[in-house]
Amino acid sequence: MQYYEKRAEHKPMSTGAKVIAFVLRLALAIIIPLIAFYVLYQGFLFLRGGDAPKGVVTVVAVIWGVGGVALLYWIFNWLVELLPSDWTARLQPFVFVGPAIAILVWYLALPTVRNFWISLFGRDGPPPVSFNMLLTNPAEFFSLIAASTVGLTNYVAVFTDRGMREAFRNNIVFWIMIATPLTVAMGLLVAVLADRSKYEKVAKSLIFLPMAISFVGASVIWNFVYEVKPVALPQIGLLNAIVVALGGQPHAWPAYTDIAPWNNLFLVVIVIWLQAGYSMVLFSAAIKGVPEEIIEAARVDGAKEVQIFFKIIVPQIMGTIITVTTTVVIFTLKIFDVVWVMTGGQFGTDVIATQFYRQSFIARNAGYGAAIAIVLLIAVIPVMLYNLKQFREGQAF
Amino acid sequence: MKSARGQKRLNSFLINGGLALLVIIWLIPVFGLLVSSFRERFAIQTSGWWSIFPHREWQVVRTIDPKVLNLDASGPMSVEATIATFEQLREGVETPGGLRLQWVGNRRLGTIEVQQQVWVMNIDFTLDNYKQVWGGKDFEYKRPDGTVEIIPGDDFSVAVFNSLAVSIPATVIPILIAAFAAYGFAWMSFPGRKGLFIMVIALLVVPLQIALVPILRDYSKLGLNGTFLAIWLAHTGFGLPLATYLLFNYISTLPRETLESAFIDGASHFTVFIRLILPLSVPALASFAIFQFLWVWNDYLVALIFLGSDPNLQVVTMRLANIVGDRGQDWHLLTAGAFLTMILPLAVFFSLQRYFVRGMMAGSVKG
Repeated sequence: MQYYEKRAEHKPMSTGAKVIAFVLRLALAIIIPLIAFYVLYQGFLFLRGGDAPKGVVTVVAVIWGVGGVALLYWIFNWLVELLPSDWTARLQPFVFVGPAIAILVWYLALPTVRNFWISLFGRDGPPPVSFNMLLTNPAEFFSLIAASTVGLTNYVAVFTDRGMREAFRNNIVFWIMIATPLTVAMGLLVAVLADRSKYEKVAKSLIFLPMAISFVGASVIWNFVYEVKPVALPQIGLLNAIVVALGGQPHAWPAYTDIAPWNNLFLVVIVIWLQAGYSMVLFSAAIKGVPEEIIEAARVDGAKEVQIFFKIIVPQIMGTIITVTTTVVIFTLKIFDVVWVMTGGQFGTDVIATQFYRQSFIARNAGYGAAIAIVLLIAVIPVMLYNLKQFREGQAF
Repeated sequence: MKSARGQKRLNSFLINGGLALLVIIWLIPVFGLLVSSFRERFAIQTSGWWSIFPHREWQVVRTIDPKVLNLDASGPMSVEATIATFEQLREGVETPGGLRLQWVGNRRLGTIEVQQQVWVMNIDFTLDNYKQVWGGKDFEYKRPDGTVEIIPGDDFSVAVFNSLAVSIPATVIPILIAAFAAYGFAWMSFPGRKGLFIMVIALLVVPLQIALVPILRDYSKLGLNGTFLAIWLAHTGFGLPLATYLLFNYISTLPRETLESAFIDGASHFTVFIRLILPLSVPALASFAIFQFLWVWNDYLVALIFLGSDPNLQVVTMRLANIVGDRGQDWHLLTAGAFLTMILPLAVFFSLQRYFVRGMMAGSVKG
């Protein structure tokens, strides 16, 4: 031992020592990852078994999940740093960036292509052919595909089916044309009022509070507001109690099809209630950025507050208005939880995302569901392009 | 001058009044839920939650047996100095003395209640609803008329543990992976760096619906369906574009000199990342962590699809949605259950509001 250490310190290692060191390193490099994978796999089996008490499972899950990922990074980095330094420099970026890219490709990038592929087939999706066949036996491959593809039939159905037409109507008319402007306006109103009030902080945080509540929780809250009892009994839902006190008839409002399609408005209210806080926070920050001197100057010139708002503040915060509107549009385009929990998409309240869920996971119509998902994707492409343009212009990269 | 000051006061009154009105409207639904969750099951079903406020209610002072007074229910009757028919009495008739008479029961055997209007507050609060929704056992109820009813409870405790087991790793894992990637993009050079980052930006707004079916197919091939790992990875995948983008924006603006002096001292990228970058990025990490944690905790769709219907694995949102579907009239369970799901996010909201707001503002574009 002593002999080796001395030699290692003073002179280059002999060939024999180099070989031994290399073999040892190699062995370690193989054994440690193997042990790590074994331990992680045992953790996975333990969690999947799920017989242990719930508290223990939770703690193990957290430690295993978080620790496992950290451990994997540490091991791969250690392996790369064992290599000669020019190889370390070459490979280390992939240790850092690789996992993120792999997950992004698997979970988001590839699925867009795979979804499009699935959307070209019927209920059961593509036939079980492997893409290897494309190389070994292309003729057979194409004939199998050609035999089962339905072409663009699913897309035609998406735009002509009655259910989908209703979903598009609701998404466009109620969610984009009504819910979005009202959310934006409500946020703007609160931001303007709060900006001039000394209770700004309290008011803002209370309006923002629903953002912390899940859509399912919000649905329960509003289901309770809309709760209906038979006419003879006292109403326990706030809305019907007010309606009855004013001499009206109680109704299960979101399910009240006599006023269809306007029963959608009772769902729209929920989303305004949830999202106004978001738009308020962004507007509040933007309004604080409007120079005080301009507003003061306008006041001195005798401008009314309303004029100041529309002629000075609104033009100054136009950028924020566009951002908020875009964000809320994207959000309402994908609205799912609220509708699903409140009405299940019945009573003429279906939206694109509930149709997608029903077709994909309840009716098990894979091709049709995939086509709906692709339509959703196409709807957000303009925003995607805008983001990319912004990025290219910002170029700090 | 005086009128200008008056004008100012009026303005401030209008502003604060309008603001207060909006805040009250915003809070009433939550307040109603909170109050109801502490009210007795029977009370929730029979009176509005606002009856906790002082209000006037008719209460029975005494009952009169019509037979004792020899009243004939087929025509107008004279009771307590009031003349009324049976039909009027059924509806309730007010006497000049401020009392109300009401016929209870049928024409032949009924009695007349004499009621007086009194101020009351229904504030008999209880924790029973929470015990029931948390504990999962059957509960016996004594109705006011003495009959006993057995009501099954719900088992929220399991769901809360599941939600924690899902949310904590599904928050930390994407942050770790995104922080490594953000560091790589910001401080390392490698071929394809720009192209890959453009992909990250393009994926920012991709709706997650697009991924559900293909990923579900992969999971069933790999046997991952209904495991925690499956849902962690899914949330990681859907949260990564935003996490990487936000953390890159932050990490790439850290002062170059700090890093360079560390490299000169012989530190490796890994050491610099762990010892220097992570501690310096805490504000950005915290903002994203809070956003992601709430997103996962409040998520319904992803859990619905990847955790399946195994009641042992259900998270709080699924549990709550199930009660809405199966027992939508059991308001004592729904109100308490909904509030249980909200406690943690609300605690996070009130204690870490600044980070929370920042994370929400940055994160709302998430697909």
